[in-house]
Amino acid sequence: MVEKKDYEIILASVQKPVVGEAGKTGSWSRFKPKIDLEKCLVVKMNKDVCHFCWLYCPEPIISRTIPPKINYEYCKGCGICAEVCPPKAIKMVEESEL
Amino acid sequence: MADKVKLYDIPEEEFLLPGNRMCSGCGLSLIYRTALKALGPNTIITVPASCLTVLHGMQGFTSVDKISVLNTPFATVAASASGIEAALEAMGKDDKVTCVAFAGDGGTTDIGIQGLSGAAERKTNFIYACYDNEAYMNTGVQRSGSTPYGSITTTTPIYGKTEHKKNMPKILEAHDIPYVATSCAAYPLDIYAKFKRAKEIKGTKYIHILSPCPPGWGFSTKDTIKIGKLAVETGFWPLYEIENGKFLLSNPSKRLLDPAKRKPIELYLSVQKRFKRLSNEQIEEYKRYINQSWEYIKSKNITTQFL
Repeated sequence: MVEKKDYEIILASVQKPVVGEAGKTGSWSRFKPKIDLEKCLVVKMNKDVCHFCWLYCPEPIISRTIPPKINYEYCKGCGICAEVCPPKAIKMVEESEL
Repeated sequence: MADKVKLYDIPEEEFLLPGNRMCSGCGLSLIYRTALKALGPNTIITVPASCLTVLHGMQGFTSVDKISVLNTPFATVAASASGIEAALEAMGKDDKVTCVAFAGDGGTTDIGIQGLSGAAERKTNFIYACYDNEAYMNTGVQRSGSTPYGSITTTTPIYGKTEHKKNMPKILEAHDIPYVATSCAAYPLDIYAKFKRAKEIKGTKYIHILSPCPPGWGFSTKDTIKIGKLAVETGFWPLYEIENGKFLLSNPSKRLLDPAKRKPIELYLSVQKRFKRLSNEQIEEYKRYINQSWEYIKSKNITTQFL
């Protein structure tokens, strides 16, 4: 049996942080964002200049890297990134077309 | 006053974990993610029954990392924050740890207002953040004090709500607290700047954030940012901050003092299904309401950053 800390005995409902608390939320939508790397500003200029997709994504699933990477396992497919992308480099496509 | 923030000033560290229970395209999710980055790991958050409780997960597991969160009953969010703050003061940790109450509009404007008013009167040193999705969204879109005029919910007449939205920032302003600010989910940089500023001030701080809700307001999930920006650009939701009585309009709202620069309110109302039964008279009433609220803002002593 796992030893419990003092506060865990007092507060029986202490919750542990886990990734995917609601399951694989990537299955919520049929459509997924696809980044066109030829149009993406950060890839084109090869420096940190845009990253609007990272800023506006309600979930922490887009990385602030060059190129930005999307975690499709948990992407809920809302389509905000495709709307806010200044050069319109992100398109919402069917999962099979990724 | 809040400093100007650039996108790359916001830390990359995430406190919200992927795979949480929020709806897709949720404005609150974006607000919470940005606010936690500004607040940092030394924070205790207290949350009443609301959509935010849903985010914090079922028993045993949660989607919030590195931050202590306390779930409290509906009416007690500001009271529990007062208790946490008193404990922090007794332990001598109130300089290092920030206490934040994060409540929805129901928990602020209707059920939690007595606790909030009491905590503000006692000058409790905490941040009260209200995310305003303009109805009780968690239980299925019931009308709250913050629901706007003409909006259809499951508990309003079929032609929509007959009263205007309760102006909560104005009520808190009357408590003479050191910091009152409004913000909107469509402006994450603004949210970050205001939380950062609120963290530095001692005393009761109040931030009211408009949070577009795709299922409750009736729009497509991809339009969350667009609708939030329209709410500000039409003048329906002015962004400002009041620090020690000094009033300052935030950048997105600054130019809207001139009525000609405001976008027509029809643009904001027509894209949401909750306003689908608005009559022409009700739209005229909206225009009158917006002009009146901007007259109030004009009448305040407006100081800009350029003066």
